[in-house]
Amino acid sequence: MSLPLFHAILFYMFAAVAVGAALAMVVQRNPTYSAFALIVSLVSLAGIFGLLGSPFIAALQIVVYAGAIMVLFLFVLMLLNVKEELRVAGEGRVSKLVAIALGAVLAGEVGSVLVAVRTPVAAAFDASARAVALLLFEKHYLYVFEATSILILASLVGAIALAKRDPSP
Amino acid sequence: MSLSPVQQELAISTVKVLVIFGALMTLFSLMTYVERRLLAFMQFRLGPNRTGPFGLLQPVADGIKLFFKEEVTPAGANKVLFVAAPALAVVTAFMAVAVVPYGGTVSLPHWGWMPDWLEGRRIALQISDLDVGVLYLFALSSLGVYGIVMAGWAANNKYTLIGGLRSSAQMFSYELALGLSFVSLILVAGSFRIHDIVDSQKGWIWQWNAIRQLPAFAVFLVAATAEVNRTPFDLPEAETELVAGFHTEYSSMRFALLQMAEYINMITASAMGANLFFGGWHFGIPGVPDSPLWFIGKMLAFLFFFIWLRGTVPRFRYDQLMHFGWKVLVPVAMAWIFVAAALVLWRHS
Amino acid sequence: MNPLIVPHALLLSLALFAIGVVGVFLRRNIITVFMCVELMLNAVNLAFIAFSRSWGNLDGQVLVFFVLTVAAAEAAVGLAIIISIHRHKDTLDVDAFNIMKW
Repeated sequence: MSLPLFHAILFYMFAAVAVGAALAMVVQRNPTYSAFALIVSLVSLAGIFGLLGSPFIAALQIVVYAGAIMVLFLFVLMLLNVKEELRVAGEGRVSKLVAIALGAVLAGEVGSVLVAVRTPVAAAFDASARAVALLLFEKHYLYVFEATSILILASLVGAIALAKRDPSP
Repeated sequence: MSLSPVQQELAISTVKVLVIFGALMTLFSLMTYVERRLLAFMQFRLGPNRTGPFGLLQPVADGIKLFFKEEVTPAGANKVLFVAAPALAVVTAFMAVAVVPYGGTVSLPHWGWMPDWLEGRRIALQISDLDVGVLYLFALSSLGVYGIVMAGWAANNKYTLIGGLRSSAQMFSYELALGLSFVSLILVAGSFRIHDIVDSQKGWIWQWNAIRQLPAFAVFLVAATAEVNRTPFDLPEAETELVAGFHTEYSSMRFALLQMAEYINMITASAMGANLFFGGWHFGIPGVPDSPLWFIGKMLAFLFFFIWLRGTVPRFRYDQLMHFGWKVLVPVAMAWIFVAAALVLWRHS
Repeated sequence: MNPLIVPHALLLSLALFAIGVVGVFLRRNIITVFMCVELMLNAVNLAFIAFSRSWGNLDGQVLVFFVLTVAAAEAAVGLAIIISIHRHKDTLDVDAFNIMKW
């Protein structure tokens, strides 16, 4: 077994898990199951990031997305005690078909472009933390970095202000 | 038989995984016994000393009992998640062990009966030497929260839910402090690789990060204790509070799995403390050769410290715990990052 | 690395994005709709990383870093909004919030 074959096997495994979990998320009626399915999908995506030579972003994906954002989702789901989505009989079958048709049209259009485009593979690729950091703290990305930190501060204050219970009079 | 390089690496890694897995299971069962004995001695009583010589067969007896106990699933519990939660907790606990180094590299000697790709091969005493080793540990402790959240929610019991939510809130609050304490180590060593951080502590004993970066070590000690849910931060799972919290409804093997996850997390935290703060396999006096034995000794000292802490200190109340994590540890860790960054800049100028 | 992984990763990104789009159309629980939006963001992240690998340009990695951060900020505020509207109407059905319809 050669290294490219090994990578290919790993990639198809992760890809199958990612697509399967995404489908499970969309199909599941209980939102908590959907959340867990999304977590599985995110972790397998992190595996694919690792295969694509970006270990730093792979670790960040698990720490930020699967480890923090989804925990937030789960907390909200559990605290709001969300029940299963009720399936109303017979309603909206046409709209469901239209939705799936539109999704298929989108996939077809973009897919036809993707299979026609040429994607070379760069020979030497160094996406270690040091290289990404050196680019991140360069001129124009430094400004965006600082702006993002102010954005996070704003969202922190906003989330607390929005979710606070009004003090009873 | 000639194996391709990929297959050679896979074979060596498989052997390493099996050896470390066996060692961890042995250490885990030994820890359950040692903890009970040491706590007993600290409390001026004897502890288990009847099964086997000095009670050494106690873990075996516990294992047999747990094996034969009936597994009860509460009615109305979410069956899939109820079974999956201990499994997830154990999987993330064991995956963290993959980046823990316990020595430098050894060269296999030339014995003559091994296949030629093994003769004289240099093997790193670490299952996988990731370039982002410290980030990987951080990622896995983030994933470890899910085992507890799932366990708390799936049992269909309001006390377990509260215990699970409290425990996961505690874990991700102290995870932040833990990560921030690592940042100053990474700054000084200049790399995310655990091997590089250990090598930055080579030399004399005062070059160890526990002495050179004392505030980071203090924050790590507190945050690691909270991460593994040990006393004084074990409010979410103590038997006297909330009826054992998130693992109330678990019996027999699933409970054993949750305990195993906690102990393996404790062992990983001790191994990380020994590596990142106490110089790992370096002895601290330049003449003495590096050896995994020094690392194991330091790790066992850390484990003893965790047990000692459990026997000595009362537990935090939940609001005191959250206040301490967010309003004390995080600012201290951040302040130390500034100081460490300033020192690194000054050294390089 | 296997050179086939990059175009296949792009197709995977497209598949995940399409699944996310269909999910946003189909689902009625607002938190699930939000999770489908997060899935779409992740599909875009995968496309960025695949192209970054393809052209050897690290700008893709930096952009993914920013998408990750902005998604975290957006998730926090979005969930706070969901909590407060749940407090108002005690339901999470998307069709129930139609006061602004004329």
